[in-house]
Amino acid sequence: MNVTELREHICETYPDLCPLFSLEFGDGVLTVDPERLRQAAVDLHNFGFDLLGMVTAVDRGDAFELVYRLRSRVLSVGMFLKCRIPRDEPKAPSMVDLWPAADWHEREVYDLFGVVFEGHPNLRRMFLPEDWKGHPLRKDYVDDNIIRRPDYF
Amino acid sequence: MVEVESRTPVTDESGRCVDELLINVGPSHPSTHGVCRLIARLDGEVVTEVEPVIGYLHRGLEKIAENRTYLQIVPLTDRLDYVGSMYANWAYCRAVERLAGIRVPEHAEYLRVITCELQRIASHMMSLGSTGADTGAGTVFIYAFDVRDRIVDLFEDLCGARLTYSYVRPGGVSRDLPEGWADKCREALAYTRTYVDKMDKLFFGNSIARGRLKGIGVLDPELAVAWGATGPTARASGVDWDLRRDDPYSVYPRFDFDIPLGSNGDIYDRGRVRIFECYESCRIVEQALEQLEPGPIRAEGLPRLLRPRPGDAYDHIESARGSLGVYLVSDGSPKPWRFKVRSPTFSNLSLVRVLGVGHTIADLPLILGSLDPVFGEVDR
Repeated sequence: MNVTELREHICETYPDLCPLFSLEFGDGVLTVDPERLRQAAVDLHNFGFDLLGMVTAVDRGDAFELVYRLRSRVLSVGMFLKCRIPRDEPKAPSMVDLWPAADWHEREVYDLFGVVFEGHPNLRRMFLPEDWKGHPLRKDYVDDNIIRRPDYF
Repeated sequence: MVEVESRTPVTDESGRCVDELLINVGPSHPSTHGVCRLIARLDGEVVTEVEPVIGYLHRGLEKIAENRTYLQIVPLTDRLDYVGSMYANWAYCRAVERLAGIRVPEHAEYLRVITCELQRIASHMMSLGSTGADTGAGTVFIYAFDVRDRIVDLFEDLCGARLTYSYVRPGGVSRDLPEGWADKCREALAYTRTYVDKMDKLFFGNSIARGRLKGIGVLDPELAVAWGATGPTARASGVDWDLRRDDPYSVYPRFDFDIPLGSNGDIYDRGRVRIFECYESCRIVEQALEQLEPGPIRAEGLPRLLRPRPGDAYDHIESARGSLGVYLVSDGSPKPWRFKVRSPTFSNLSLVRVLGVGHTIADLPLILGSLDPVFGEVDR
């Protein structure tokens, strides 16, 4: 199945998700509000997206953008689920009950971005020590050990 | 999660301690295949709960990459999966090419397929060799490393490096095949076939090894999909899923190859699937060498400094361990705004919590080893 067929398919089954579907570099992207994130994930899971590839976040300056990479074995197509959450109160529902794979990926996002996943069974740091201060992949993270490389171009 | 609490030990009538035991394996321990720490709760010799603790090799590559230009990141990707550097190079380059709209010449695509399939054999040899070493079969270990060494020699002839190749670059590859390389490669493939066959008969045909590996660490296919397992780990359970066929990229549709599948999903099947994948990789490389025609190795008109248009791109390839993806976010500057690696072993390793339970502590290193984790990729 290609992305155009996927769009038609989603529009037929879930008309309310249709206007939120877009294309970016050949990939289907569904962008939702934080309130609808959980419901959209449940819908896509029921739709046949059985593999959760990754969960990550991007620091967009004014907000964090959560990125879920989903893949369906039955439909043989992959897509993104994206959601912008406020930076001052980064919270999102956990997807561990839908895809157990989300467990470690959400812990990683919590560790490196400080996004709190509500309902996660064991939200602790993944890579860094428990007493680490700050969340390194935030753009405003400061650390004395970071040396900015001069631009040679 | 395993919690450590202090309480008085449980004893039976004669005063013998029958309490459970909490032991800590690693982080620096020969049986953990890298720097992984396992906290295991034991009831006698049987594991009742196991929790991997990772992060001992976390170098913050994703943060470092935000301060490098697109070309400077290629050597960083070598350090992700240091047993199969070609894969991370390729996955990263595919994401950059998608972002910058670069078309790779056909000859370069063939070179990428040849090197990556050779890399798959080399990487599986590492995994099979360590499974042999874990079970005390030293001969398998020596055979495996002999085969691996021949392939690494080929890579040395090709790009000068034996471990960190940086061979695949955005827009193509770094060098064309040297004179006589194809013949050397065919010789190495014949050698590989002979010795993989010997290993298969010697180790997987051996009744002691079969008794040791069969029925241990059984992974249910439903569970494999739910936990995001990919690659030989999932295929050994019968999950028919390979990106080379199911989401064809590069020139893979031109080759004739099979996807080996297991049925039981135990350690034995995971090893067997890797053996058969080596044969399939040999077939692909032979076909690729046959179809190879001279041509440019790099896309034309590549700028010295890449400044892709703003946006995000994701691309993935089937590495020796599963689907390896790279997610890049560009803001239009020469450096990426965000660089994220979806590493297959990160998802696969989380299965240790499920697979280890119910087996003896002696099986735990085998189960961990059969998932073939490389901690450079897990911890990034």
